[in-house]
Amino acid sequence: MKTINQLIKNLKKENDLLPRINFSVLGDFSTQFLVKAIKGYAFEYGYNFEIYEADYDQVDLQVFNSESELYSKQSEFVLLAESYLKIQKLFYKSPLSERHNFATDYVNRIANLHQNINDAIAPKAVMIFNIIEEDDGVFGNFGNKVSSSFLYQIRKINFLLMDLAIQNPSLHIVDVKKIHQRLGDKQSFSYNTYISTDILFSLDITPIIAKNVCDISTTLLGKFKKCLILDLDNTMWGGVIGDDGLKGIEIGSLGIGKAFTNFQKWAKELKNRGIILAVCSKNFEDVAKTPFERHPDMILKLEDISVFVANWNNKADNIKYIQSILNIGFDSMVFLDDNKFERELVKSNIPNLEVPELPEDPAEYINYLKGLNLFETASYSQNDLKRTLQYQEESKRKNEEMKFSNQDDFLKSLNMEAKIEPFNDFNLPRIAQLIQRSNQFNVRTIRYSEQELSELAKSENHICFSVSLKDVYGDTGLISVIILKKSEDNLFIDTWVMSCRVLKRGVEGFIANYIINLAKKIDGIKQVEAEVIPTAKNHLVKDLYLDLNFEKKDDIWILKMEDSGELKCFIKTIGE
Amino acid sequence: MEMTEVLAQINEIAKDVFDDENIVLAENTTANDVEDWDSITHVQLLFSVEKQFGIKFTSSEIAKFKNIGEIIACILAK
Repeated sequence: MKTINQLIKNLKKENDLLPRINFSVLGDFSTQFLVKAIKGYAFEYGYNFEIYEADYDQVDLQVFNSESELYSKQSEFVLLAESYLKIQKLFYKSPLSERHNFATDYVNRIANLHQNINDAIAPKAVMIFNIIEEDDGVFGNFGNKVSSSFLYQIRKINFLLMDLAIQNPSLHIVDVKKIHQRLGDKQSFSYNTYISTDILFSLDITPIIAKNVCDISTTLLGKFKKCLILDLDNTMWGGVIGDDGLKGIEIGSLGIGKAFTNFQKWAKELKNRGIILAVCSKNFEDVAKTPFERHPDMILKLEDISVFVANWNNKADNIKYIQSILNIGFDSMVFLDDNKFERELVKSNIPNLEVPELPEDPAEYINYLKGLNLFETASYSQNDLKRTLQYQEESKRKNEEMKFSNQDDFLKSLNMEAKIEPFNDFNLPRIAQLIQRSNQFNVRTIRYSEQELSELAKSENHICFSVSLKDVYGDTGLISVIILKKSEDNLFIDTWVMSCRVLKRGVEGFIANYIINLAKKIDGIKQVEAEVIPTAKNHLVKDLYLDLNFEKKDDIWILKMEDSGELKCFIKTIGE
Repeated sequence: MEMTEVLAQINEIAKDVFDDENIVLAENTTANDVEDWDSITHVQLLFSVEKQFGIKFTSSEIAKFKNIGEIIACILAK
């Protein structure tokens, strides 16, 4: 965690080369430090946030005036920073007879603010603070039994806000209540400076709130963690399996085993949410696997682990190996190891990898890690549950591939079937997720939000579809999203993203064939046009269109309908 | 603690807050003497001082500080 002084120093550093993101902050307290801290953290995350800070306490004025500065900024993110003090003021002003409706009225106001901002500039996200549940103590514990008490109404607000956020994909909650709960009143507020400056939050809590704001925004921009790599001895269990043996390691009821059991339960929950688990240990492989296979108290089993690496090579090399199998960026992986030496070695070799320090006492692992908010996500879909299985199927496919001398024979043996579907309510969350997650196979890296996607699906000038794939080894699910834009005589490939799990299986050719056939069916279309916007991560698609027989003219790739032929492909279409 | 020692520690904090390694504070230094000393860095400075010495200034103390010497006197009195 960075201090406010460190973050403010970041503001003087060179940030011209970083991606520029327009951001607006509207608050009902003095937000100068918050704004500086957000900008400072964005720098840490590799972004240049250009922040518009509205004048003090102008939320409604800015939002309900269509000509306000807020709307002239075209912000991709809008933060509404309202404090519990403001809410308390409103509550005390409302007549006693209306107070049981206070929460509903307040949340309706937020819904209205969100709706207005959304209609005016459709940002990627409108973020709001939830409410610090600071009771006024007027009713004591009895406040829990009085629906018109301040306590009852602020708790209800937090619950209703979550419901509102569920209904509105572009509304996101910054869980300030949770942050305050960890830090406590004393560290969260500087009452002494509040009197003279109206700066509500202390300079201790401000950087943490800013970090969470940046976590949410950069996750929506496509930067987040996908994989957790775990050491074994003294990280996953107490003791050394090679020395202490199956009966000697501390897990379950032995020694401080409970701490490790809890840690494993947490890791398992992450896995269930879609985080890939991998193991990287200095051990003999059979010895390292024994607890997973035979210890009755182990929570994690071998089937929970996507890639298991145990040998005596250095850990940096082993993590590079894990990365090569998973085919995701180092910056989307987290490595946990109790041993400082190993952490330092890995950090110095792979600077992009996230390697948190760990507390000395394993009993504190989870609480510490929770505070780092490592696993922010911008979406959650059923597909997340299947991810581990899919990576395991992939390693089976890789083993099988080595048996074939001829790539075509291997592809034929897979019996691949693809399903093409338009966007609908069922697949939209997964489509939005793929658009956010894909960095490597992503031709133009436009991160449409779920809402924007649902509008594109309705647009007459766009053709949107998704592709799902399965083969003899399993179902890879929805793996590609394509958005085509119709103009007078051409079809432009606005978006094409694909999961890296299905590379080298001819899916590109299959999709190109589909697009070409589609173009032929539309009257007046003479050519398909495409563009590749290079990023630091999408080298993979540099020659995509060249391989698909497009010709380059200036920066646009063109395939004339008369030149187009059917590309080789071993995938059958089903259920169209 | 001695006055000079407190001054030395505040001087270190000021280097960090004003991001200037060459800054030299004296008891009679005021906000006017330091280029980057504005309302923002003022809050930052007092916050960092509170943390360093494990104390809290009251709101009325904060309102009255005129120079570095007064801050030091206040710390020594706590």
